[in-house]
Amino acid sequence: MSGYSITEPTLAQKWIAGVLVVGYALLTILPLIWIIATGFKSPSDAIAYPPKVVFEPTLEGYVNLFTTRTRMSPEALEEIGPPETWYDRIVRQYDMVISGPSRYGERFLNSVVIGFGSTFLSVFLGTLAAYAFSRFKVPLKDDLMFFILSTRMMPPIAVAIPIFLMFRQLGLSDTHLGMILLYTAVNLSLSVWLLKGFIDEIPVEYEEAALIDGYTRFQAFYKVVLPQATTGIASTAIFCLIFAWNEYAFAVLLTSGTAQTAPPFIPTIIGVGKDWPAVAAGATLFLVPVMVFTILLRKHLLRGITFGAVRK
Amino acid sequence: MAEVVLNSVSKSFGDAKAVDGVSMTIPDGAFVVLLGPTGAGKTTTLRMIAGLERPDSGDVAIAGRSVLGDTPARRNVAMVFQQYSLYPHLTVRENLAFPLRSPLIKASAEHIERRIAEVAGVLQIAHKLDNRATALSGGEMQRVAIGRALVRKPQLFLMDEPLSSLDAKLRADMRIELKRIQSDLGATLLYVTHDQIEAMTMATHVGVLDKGRLVQFGSPREIYENPASLYVATRLGQPRINTLPAGLFAGAPAGADLMGLRPEHIRIGEGREAKVTRVEHLGDQTRLHLALDGHPLVTLTDAHTPLATGDTVAVRPENPLYFAAAGTRIIQGA
Repeated sequence: MSGYSITEPTLAQKWIAGVLVVGYALLTILPLIWIIATGFKSPSDAIAYPPKVVFEPTLEGYVNLFTTRTRMSPEALEEIGPPETWYDRIVRQYDMVISGPSRYGERFLNSVVIGFGSTFLSVFLGTLAAYAFSRFKVPLKDDLMFFILSTRMMPPIAVAIPIFLMFRQLGLSDTHLGMILLYTAVNLSLSVWLLKGFIDEIPVEYEEAALIDGYTRFQAFYKVVLPQATTGIASTAIFCLIFAWNEYAFAVLLTSGTAQTAPPFIPTIIGVGKDWPAVAAGATLFLVPVMVFTILLRKHLLRGITFGAVRK
Repeated sequence: MAEVVLNSVSKSFGDAKAVDGVSMTIPDGAFVVLLGPTGAGKTTTLRMIAGLERPDSGDVAIAGRSVLGDTPARRNVAMVFQQYSLYPHLTVRENLAFPLRSPLIKASAEHIERRIAEVAGVLQIAHKLDNRATALSGGEMQRVAIGRALVRKPQLFLMDEPLSSLDAKLRADMRIELKRIQSDLGATLLYVTHDQIEAMTMATHVGVLDKGRLVQFGSPREIYENPASLYVATRLGQPRINTLPAGLFAGAPAGADLMGLRPEHIRIGEGREAKVTRVEHLGDQTRLHLALDGHPLVTLTDAHTPLATGDTVAVRPENPLYFAAAGTRIIQGA
């Protein structure tokens, strides 16, 4: 016999909780749904008032995103002959022909190189630094950790001018390397702090056992600590990637051509005839890599492999 | 296998002296048990020999050579940790193979397979080899941890309470097994325990630590029969040695304040009257709890004793040990 009775939530309470949760979920996902939907609207549907919830989907936005187009006189169009592909047909409605690919593909690729490059570097350096801070007697350890954190206490863009001048002197302006180094520098503080927390949680006994089992300190780190830190490394990588992927201000300031990433490029599409569906299509596609990356690493986030092997 | 020599080794953590000037020679092939309560410096001593802690002063030599400058790997010792420390991301088989795959040994795959099979057989874990290390019971984990030490043939085994999580039957089996392995290999073994049966049955030498100092080192028999102090006398013996004022019986030497009486050193049937306060039947023996002038006293008697609570018996000491008030031993006639 238990001395306490356990109160079950009433049906009304369950309903209220359910409605709140679903309502909140809808509220947060609504802008995303709107962006995705706008990508499949025609330009006139996209700016229709009242907004159209039901519309006839078209790939016009995506075609416009990936191409540059030229308007032609009816005579010139006559000369070219009827459109041959589905995307030709879409642009022909506006008396236009496709004159070449847009720069979206390049910019997207730049984002991939810079985003993943800086994420790899932040996590790699962050793991080594976090391990050292977690395990070794580092002089002024607390002060150093605070200093590392303090680099995030102002918005990074506050030092934009010095960085701009520095990059110009070093020839790093508008280069992939420059952007990777910059995003790594910004992300490193977050990565060191997050990873130190995760590595602190891994009992030091495992490395001691490995040291006695005939391994060097680095081998013990690599063979014993790293496999147990995957959860922390995965979540840190996701945070670093999201920052580098979405960063706008530095990208506007420091890149213009070769190394320009997608975020500063996407808004420039609007300039060409208020093409909101193309902007929405660009934003939608831009979401995909981060989502895929997060889903791929999800199983590492959920798995607590260190559970239970050390008696406390 | 090798002789291990500690030469006035000290280690402090902040203000706390964990080990204080310990000198000890562990002969080649010896099975040395370190006894002492929590915080006496047993584990720190092991860790300094293993190379996981650096002594503040003093020297550690293995096989006649100082190893202070060596990494743990180079010292070629195996250690069983109290917390098992099995690698959680590996299977039992991979855990056992781990030391043999180290860059120092780099054993062949067939050799590794053979050693794992041998060790798994001895420790009765063959059926668990492909389990994840985290999917084992406490006792199984502890056996795998012992196995990980046994797969190698190191100069020295260090074991920190390796049998503490086993049930009574398994513990008795493992005790015999460990002792057999140790004498078969001629291995030198340094072993930390609280368990006096382990100390008495397995050890060739016992070292008793008190607040970081080695207070006595000798054979288990010597430690039991001829303790250097009251503290050492209380470390071994079940039930514990009885402590009484020295004046309770005649014959105490000058300067003695306390008398130590092992339960088996109390003769029943003659001497002073004591009251029976409790009778514990343990099956093979019976413990009598007595009160003598208000001092509690525990002694052993035969399993089928007719004595009951409230009875009165006469008791007389036989070969008592005498101690000064500070606990130092006072040898009669010395």
